[in-house]
Amino acid sequence: MQTVESVVVRFAGDSGDGVQVTGTQFTNTAALVGNDIATLPDYPAEIRAPAGTLFGVSGFQIQFGATDIRTPGDISDALVAFNPAALKVNLSRLRKGGLILVNVDAFSSRNLTKAGWEHNPLEDDTLAAWQVVKVNMTRLTREALKESPLKTKDKDRAKNLFALGMVYFLYDRPLEHTVNWLNSKFAKLPNVAEANIKALKTGYYYAETAEIFRATYQVPEAPIAAGRYRNVTGNLTTAMGLVSAAQNAGLDLFLGSYPITPASDVLHNLASMRAHGVRTLQAEDEIAAVCAAIGASYAGQLGVCSTSGPGLALKGEAIGLALMVELPMVVVDVQRGGPSTGLPTKTEQSDFNIALFGRNGDSPLPVIAAKSPADCFDAAYEAARITIKYRTPVILMTDGYLANGSEPWKIPNEADLAPIESDFRTDPEGFQPYMRDEATLARPWVKPGTPGLEHRVGGLEKQHLTGNVSYDPMNHHRMCELRRDKVDLVRQEMPPLEVIGEQSGDVLVIGWGSTYGAIRSGVDAALADGVKVGAVHLRWINPLPPDLGEIIARFDKVLVPEMNLGQLIKVIRGEFLVDAKGLNKVQGMPLNVGEVKQAILDLQYGEA
Amino acid sequence: MNDIIQLTRKDLASDQEVRWCPGCGDYAILKGVQSALATLNVPRENMVVISGIGCAARFPYYMNTYGFHTIHGRSPAVATGTKMANPDLHVWIVGGDGDMMSIGGNHLIHVLRRNVDLTVLLFNNRIYGLTKGQFSPTSGVGKKTKSSPMGSIDPAFEPISLALGAGATFAARTVDLWGKHLQATIKAAHEHKGTSFIEILQNCIIFNDGAFDPAVGKKVKSDKTVELVHGEPLIFGAERDKGVRIRKDLTLEVVTLGENGVTEDDLVVHNAHAELPGLAQLLATMEYPDMPVPVGIFRQVSRPTYEVGMDAQVTQAQAAHGGDKPSLTSLWNQGDTWDVAP
Repeated sequence: MQTVESVVVRFAGDSGDGVQVTGTQFTNTAALVGNDIATLPDYPAEIRAPAGTLFGVSGFQIQFGATDIRTPGDISDALVAFNPAALKVNLSRLRKGGLILVNVDAFSSRNLTKAGWEHNPLEDDTLAAWQVVKVNMTRLTREALKESPLKTKDKDRAKNLFALGMVYFLYDRPLEHTVNWLNSKFAKLPNVAEANIKALKTGYYYAETAEIFRATYQVPEAPIAAGRYRNVTGNLTTAMGLVSAAQNAGLDLFLGSYPITPASDVLHNLASMRAHGVRTLQAEDEIAAVCAAIGASYAGQLGVCSTSGPGLALKGEAIGLALMVELPMVVVDVQRGGPSTGLPTKTEQSDFNIALFGRNGDSPLPVIAAKSPADCFDAAYEAARITIKYRTPVILMTDGYLANGSEPWKIPNEADLAPIESDFRTDPEGFQPYMRDEATLARPWVKPGTPGLEHRVGGLEKQHLTGNVSYDPMNHHRMCELRRDKVDLVRQEMPPLEVIGEQSGDVLVIGWGSTYGAIRSGVDAALADGVKVGAVHLRWINPLPPDLGEIIARFDKVLVPEMNLGQLIKVIRGEFLVDAKGLNKVQGMPLNVGEVKQAILDLQYGEA
Repeated sequence: MNDIIQLTRKDLASDQEVRWCPGCGDYAILKGVQSALATLNVPRENMVVISGIGCAARFPYYMNTYGFHTIHGRSPAVATGTKMANPDLHVWIVGGDGDMMSIGGNHLIHVLRRNVDLTVLLFNNRIYGLTKGQFSPTSGVGKKTKSSPMGSIDPAFEPISLALGAGATFAARTVDLWGKHLQATIKAAHEHKGTSFIEILQNCIIFNDGAFDPAVGKKVKSDKTVELVHGEPLIFGAERDKGVRIRKDLTLEVVTLGENGVTEDDLVVHNAHAELPGLAQLLATMEYPDMPVPVGIFRQVSRPTYEVGMDAQVTQAQAAHGGDKPSLTSLWNQGDTWDVAP
């Protein structure tokens, strides 16, 4: 058995092959044995795309290791392909010399044709550059389950567990976790549980007995900080972060949401948290969702709405209302490929512009971005803390990769979370609806039902202090400035930026959001190549941190990697008058470490 | 709270100058609403008036209650969130036919479907006022306006019918200038648990003056409208000699009592509490000039309300935790966890 530091495995097959379940099980087991992990579910928009087609291929990639794992990996070490289409789609992302584990039974001439293979690649030298392990997964699973009362069709569905068993053997993983999971998931269907466990174990023993792998691997535990951990996706941590903030502020949470990929799991997760005082409205449309959240905030709860790009576009007017009436609200934007319907299941960072600028009028608001699935907890908590404190809506940016990707999350201590004061006004003495707190410029938050504080709010411009409708030109100018200044004051909440790598020198990499892992590792690689490179990763993308300009000035060149065609970069260039260069990719996939490293080298030395 | 809340109409008037056009029907509605709300035994601070955009939507600014002037068409959605967040509040939604029937049509039907306990006041003047006189979804075919110089080809919504179709548990019609009728209808809506929908026929003196006069004007209303009273036959006319009868093909006709042997026993008897909305829908088809215009309560049935259903789920979920929120630590520790030793 060889010991390796980290491994990237990709499972791929039809949407109905159980690829996501297989990948999730492998992930949870890796986490439980102490590896650090990062995952990338990569699936088509169709629920059950036609079997065997290239566009119907569903993938799940995981990198697990004995070191700090920051990305799901640029390229796979092993590919588990359940059919010819999965092989075709993923071959280019498999390391030369890497392992291909295929289900030979799926390589029928029909499936080969559907996948566009003119000849069976298992029977010629197409795959000569890789180690190919051919297994009759379907036949062996049926054979293993011949005593099972299940129908053949249902037996065949267990072949993903047969494959998982083989991969568990390949990487010396215990079966226990998946066995427990199957017993619990199919508690009411013991025949199904038994068949799946049998398939899993048979796969494991088959790999051992038939010695199908040239080598097996051990990936030791990663040096992870002490504590209790849980494997989480970004959509789960987002939900937990919001609920935690509301509960710490003494508030109930209200979510208005309309189902949309890839944000729906935020709705699902929050709907299951009723005990924490969470009320969810599955609204009739995106606009109703945000409006109901505003109505709930108006009544004294923490109003939240969750959506993706098309929904954010629809919510623009209502978000403007929330900032005009100066009520708290968190808008979660789980970005996906755009524009329009775009690539619903693929990741992108192209909502930067609409988040910052997508409203009529002068309408700035704080925009915060999460950098990893676990970090969504902190970002969501901070978004809620700021919106409650400053009484202006906050947009929380995540994306499809963060939403569905997973990594271990160190469960916090309650005492470590920042306190949040909801601070409702109840005193009629000296009350005016648009009076302001000096430190935050927030106006009072008054719950309807409070005697003596009856007042009116609305989208028409209001007179400073009194809140009466006002068309006075100077008042409007002043109110626009006040709303802007309030958002700018959020800068006082920002800790100094951490500069990763060199503190001054050749190249500064400025990133935001889910590109963090790739940028961090890419910077490490460029440092190893001798470039004096540093990196800052922006938690807040509006307002920008107060020390960013000073840090930019310490470097000769600036690189801004983004999964869009250049959005943050325009703000950086506009704010700091610096000739920043972009690394831009909109291919529905996260940035690669290698791409970041190369972009740094190209910027420093000129393109090769 | 058993204490009687002593309020007068003036207690519910804000200090803001009312800015509707002189002679607008909204003045009478404002006065009627203030008068009615003063008698509800509800503390002023528990009243919330929520509106969208349009002439009618300025309403909250003139009420000395909590008020929220939101964006065009969305007041039912905002109000749903407000009521869910605090079911103790008494929520009124105010909007015109453009706000509620056109841009906000989707939210209107869904608040009715959910049966959130609040009252919708639809000021129907069959015209766009604030944008200066375009046809609205209730104007009807042939209406000549600035945006339909050759006559509108848009068929009209019948608001009561639309509300009933969306599952309204309370649907009523009244008229801006009928002070007592308006107040009685508002009080009945307030007592109803669930979404109460009131269509108020409202005169726009500038862009659609007299639109309802041929039916609801002082001199003609006895002959051109019929009051719907639960359990009572549909009788109308200055002489109380006309009635509404149902034909075998489920259409309605006007008959005269005493003519051709027609008696009260032949008339439709209103049943506002019928489980199914069929009769109410049939009555909603009665339109001027062929039929008397029905006013009063078309439908009033009891159904679970949305915010109570949601609160029940929260209560049920908290029952296992002594009626309180579980700790955050317990939330975070669900599912598989593992410990990494120092």
